[in-house]
Amino acid sequence: MHDITVALYLITVLLFIAGLKLLTSPRTARMGNLVSAVGMTIAIVATFLGYWSELSNWTYILIGGILGSVVGAFLAYWVDMRDIPQFVAILNSFGGAVSALVGAWAIFNMDKVKPAFASTGLFVGSVVADAFIGTIAFVGSVIAFAKLQKLITERPVVLPMKNLLNVIALILVFVFGYLLIQNPHNYLYLYAIFALAAFLGFNVTMAVGGADMPVVISLLISYAGLSAAALGFTFMNYGLIMVGSLVGASGLILTRIMAKAMNRDFWGILLGNITPPEMATTSSDAAFYEGKVKSTSPDEVAMMLKYADRIVIIPGYGLAVAQAQRELKELYDLLTKDGKEVYFAIHDVAGRMPGHMNVLLAEVEVPYEALKTMDEGNQLLEGADVALVVGANDVVNPLAKEDPSTPIYGMPILEADKARSVVVIKRSLSPGFAGIPNPLFIRDNTVMLFDDAKKALRAIIDAYKEL
Amino acid sequence: MPVIASSGAGLDPILTAVVLFVLALIIGFEVITKVPPMLHTPLVVASHAMASIMVVEAIRAAGHGSILGLIALFIGTVNVVGGYLIADRMLAMFKKDKKKEK
Repeated sequence: MHDITVALYLITVLLFIAGLKLLTSPRTARMGNLVSAVGMTIAIVATFLGYWSELSNWTYILIGGILGSVVGAFLAYWVDMRDIPQFVAILNSFGGAVSALVGAWAIFNMDKVKPAFASTGLFVGSVVADAFIGTIAFVGSVIAFAKLQKLITERPVVLPMKNLLNVIALILVFVFGYLLIQNPHNYLYLYAIFALAAFLGFNVTMAVGGADMPVVISLLISYAGLSAAALGFTFMNYGLIMVGSLVGASGLILTRIMAKAMNRDFWGILLGNITPPEMATTSSDAAFYEGKVKSTSPDEVAMMLKYADRIVIIPGYGLAVAQAQRELKELYDLLTKDGKEVYFAIHDVAGRMPGHMNVLLAEVEVPYEALKTMDEGNQLLEGADVALVVGANDVVNPLAKEDPSTPIYGMPILEADKARSVVVIKRSLSPGFAGIPNPLFIRDNTVMLFDDAKKALRAIIDAYKEL
Repeated sequence: MPVIASSGAGLDPILTAVVLFVLALIIGFEVITKVPPMLHTPLVVASHAMASIMVVEAIRAAGHGSILGLIALFIGTVNVVGGYLIADRMLAMFKKDKKKEK
């Protein structure tokens, strides 16, 4: 490592720290991302400078770099904003794979790339660490992607004796790691470590339900950072060590903050242990709802709104999908013009993308004072005449309070059923991300309006105007 | 056991690495304190972009003419470029949000 390279990496670290700081405030967040992008560019330049004399195959570098940039840029602009969580998951799987691949390359070319001052034990040991952590990040992220994309079940899948198996796998990783250090040219040990890490990544992520995936992704990002730090030890690349550990640590803190906001147990997520193994509510949804759901018409809803004084609107994922924010704003304007109190109660994870709902509503110029947090929303619901649930499901599911056997148990919810009457606009009775039925829909004071949020709101607005 | 080669009169390079690792960990633990829930997702997405730093070693592996390195560099670059651009796209929505609020 040249001195200049290390100095440039130090600038990267400083820019990343500044970037993270800026990202914690909405006003400066975009600048923060830009600052960190500059830092990344400097790190890449530093790498070219540091390894310049070794780089001989420029064809590979150009192909990989240019093709990767094009594909990356294309994907970033093509992806739907609603699919952000799974997009980041699949990207992060690439990060984990890079660590694992480069670790493997390092050990295959140990004679050429091992820093002279590093012992074999340190070199091989760090390869074991980055192959192990990188593979967990890779496989875990692929599973997270598949769950969010609904390629596989979103429900938690728990192997019998999961924890015991995990502990055994972890012990075996240490054993094979030790053997590999003793015998670095027996690659079978390395492959065994890959396989065990893949098993662990699979096992831990499969055990988590779809609703908790954003937290898991945050954790897997932290793992990717730590695998980069381990890779730094392999090559004694100080820059990679600094950046990797910085991002790894901040990712862990971020995971903890997110877990707390969603009322999930941080350590449980760390170990893939947050969901109860038994799922009591496996009764089919059709039987659950059979004959108990009252459906309604836009005219009736308009009437209810007309005679209501306080209305609390609970927007959810379905609103974003239907892109019905403008209609919702129009209804809001109509109702406030008639002197009604109207609020939007926004769940922290509304739409499964914390913060997305605030942006969507601010975009259509809903006044900031009307946007209420979860706690404020629940207080307002207490004396509300109508709770209007638009495309939300899990965040208003009373099972989160009542039934310890459901995957969302303990998650704070908006208690829509506290309002005198509840109107739910939803396309069908299909379950939300947690994959469970919602007893709110069969409560006595609940009526359902089955339609696309945009069409339903439009019809309610028209009916309201005619009253 | 470890062959410790001192780089001249300076600090032992391995010890240096460990010091940097520990210090960066501490900074990482401290840098993020309070984050409003509305920023959790953007922060996760932006952190992901930073965590794609391992691509720098893929440049070296590819430069050595390794096919593993080429694959790593390709997916690593997709990861970096895609990560930053998607974070920017998402954060642009917040910017718009702020402007309109004024």
